[in-house]
Amino acid sequence: MRVRAQIGKVLNLDKCIGCHTCSVTCKNVWTSRDGVEYAWFNNVETKPGVGYPKDWENQKRWSGGWERTRGGGLQPRQGGKWRILANIFANPDLPEIDDYYEPFDFDYDHLQSAPEMEHFPTARPRSKITGERIEKIEWGPNWEEILGGEFSKRSQDYNFEGVQKEIYGEYENTFMMYLPRLCEHCLNPTCVASCPSGAIYKREEDGVVLIDQEKCRGWRMCVSGCPYKKVYYNWSTGKSEKCTFCYPRIESGQPTVCSETCVGRIRYLGVMLYDADAIEKAASVPSEQDLYGAQCGLFLDPHDPAVQELALADGVPEDWIEAAKRSPVWKMAMDWKVAFPLHPEYRTLPMVWYVPPLSPIQNAAEAGLIGHDGAMPDVRNLRIPLRYLANMLTAGDEEPVAHALERMLAMRAYMRAKTVDGVIDEGVAARVGLQPSDIEAMYKVMALADYEDRFVIPTTHREVVEDAYNLRGGCGFTDGNGCSTGVSGGSLFAPKPKKYPSPTEVF
Amino acid sequence: MHNILFGVYPYIALTVLLVGSIARYERDPFTWKSGSSQLLRRRQLRIGSVLFHVGVLIVFAGHFVGLLTPIWIFDAMKIGHGFKQVMAVAVGGVAGVMALIGGLILLHRRLLDPRVRATSSFADTAILLLLMAQLALGLGTIFVSLQHLDGHEMTKFMAWALGIFTFDSAAAGYIADVHLLFKIHLVLGLTIFVLFPFTRLVHMLSAPVRFMFRPGFQIVRSRRRQRLPKRSRTQQTTAAE
Repeated sequence: MRVRAQIGKVLNLDKCIGCHTCSVTCKNVWTSRDGVEYAWFNNVETKPGVGYPKDWENQKRWSGGWERTRGGGLQPRQGGKWRILANIFANPDLPEIDDYYEPFDFDYDHLQSAPEMEHFPTARPRSKITGERIEKIEWGPNWEEILGGEFSKRSQDYNFEGVQKEIYGEYENTFMMYLPRLCEHCLNPTCVASCPSGAIYKREEDGVVLIDQEKCRGWRMCVSGCPYKKVYYNWSTGKSEKCTFCYPRIESGQPTVCSETCVGRIRYLGVMLYDADAIEKAASVPSEQDLYGAQCGLFLDPHDPAVQELALADGVPEDWIEAAKRSPVWKMAMDWKVAFPLHPEYRTLPMVWYVPPLSPIQNAAEAGLIGHDGAMPDVRNLRIPLRYLANMLTAGDEEPVAHALERMLAMRAYMRAKTVDGVIDEGVAARVGLQPSDIEAMYKVMALADYEDRFVIPTTHREVVEDAYNLRGGCGFTDGNGCSTGVSGGSLFAPKPKKYPSPTEVF
Repeated sequence: MHNILFGVYPYIALTVLLVGSIARYERDPFTWKSGSSQLLRRRQLRIGSVLFHVGVLIVFAGHFVGLLTPIWIFDAMKIGHGFKQVMAVAVGGVAGVMALIGGLILLHRRLLDPRVRATSSFADTAILLLLMAQLALGLGTIFVSLQHLDGHEMTKFMAWALGIFTFDSAAAGYIADVHLLFKIHLVLGLTIFVLFPFTRLVHMLSAPVRFMFRPGFQIVRSRRRQRLPKRSRTQQTTAAE
């Protein structure tokens, strides 16, 4: 056993309002540059829908994630090392930018500079790549927002596997949910495994997966390796980029930008201790439906004195162990079993987990039962089909998801009885296998979601990393040559990227 | 003039190639990349890129082995100069045509596809044009070589190339009377060496051969100054293969 710590994350989809504040703040901080205009380290998708990039969940098409070989081993679905190298000249599984969308801007200047015309001037779109006019925008980063587009296209959604989806195209039966997505900072990342240069790595101290920009050579195998399509090729610098988990913030104990700015307070960050030596075994269990359980088996209980001792021996700082005890991620994923990994069947052991959303009762006649003397509606009558959520979160196993939804309904019933009727309804709690105190704790973390309960982030221990004395007077985060003074304005090797003229057409 | 081009220029070119590449790798590693444009346009890339790269690699290997292997090794292995000349013409011809066709597809894409064109630097387009010219010249020399299939002419180039690397001051003289086509091919080749560190060609130096020998698949980096206690497995990498 080898104990390692990672800052894990949970997103409570039950409370996501789809406002995209996370995406926009992330973009402003990280990807408002040439070459990654099309890249959203964090994006919010409306489900059902094919998502961004198109159809990303369908690994028959994109070959992301891992596959279990006949011998019981694991190899990237796009192929073992030989196949990856053989495809280095042209990667057959790489999406084209149109699968994301062609980035565009508008001729805003025309609104001010247009001469006097018969018609009101408009700002027409223009490609951010070529600078040429785009006559019609065909696709965008969030094209399916709030069920945009026809059902026949959105229903290509991979999560409809095994669901009689036709009826959900009818207005009366329709359903939707939001799915905010970012890099999963997996325990068994395929992007790392696919990188021929060895430029991508997982950090030992906090589990963040990063791309070494100076070592990346742009072989672009990580883009196709990642099943979540959360590694992006920067077409301007020729390097891949991905979510950094805002590591400069995490290191100083602050939540990531997307978490900090989430107005629905759906995002939770906390330490998870796991057994690094057992990763391979957990990721290669034969049945895909066992992967969720196998990943839970990797997590180590921080309250167990034996685990604490091992963790200390393996270099996990004491305050990280303390933080792990208070981790909201541990509470939701392990104590209450209400959070699940996104698509565990990719065998990546993702570390951004999701609380499934509740939804209104499908059958109007049963609606009266909600919150009525603690009686709870059957989760199978919820508007979002259970199988749909299970396909997304547990490789199709409905039981754990149903169990989680029941607990969330029980929390509502219990708290309603307590606050409205002034009754402590132990029966509701017992029915879902919880104590009243558990429900109160769930309510505090999941419903009230105070800042201190959502984010339990210990600071990094720089003293074990570097000699701080040598850093005094050093420079901060830079983009390129660090503190080097050897480079003046121009560079012999890399010409400045072209500036595209944006002329305004007069029409 | 002949001595400057074939006796001095090779040293200038090789020095720029070596020092320039080291300087770029050391000073500006962020710019060291393959510069792929596959994301922007998949069309034409797959066939063009595969043909071009496979062809060029064969041509490159052929030149490397053919020029820099001492002649006595070929003699010891009882490989006749005539046989070697025919092999060079045949294999080099096929691979050269592959590379030329692939390169022309890539050139077409680079010049005429609006996305690729807009994101190409001057160096990207220029080096591709130079490589195409060099391939065409190289294929052109086949017709000269067909005039003397005994391999006699080829041994002159081997002597010259080896002479350069062994600091033979008479090296340039060995190829004084070869066909003009060869001379242009050589000068252009040396010029590509000069330009090498300043273009995307540097990506060939980081061909990820080491990937094959990486233990397992996963990479974990630790910044600790003090190593954690050793375990049965290596600390830096956890195998997942």
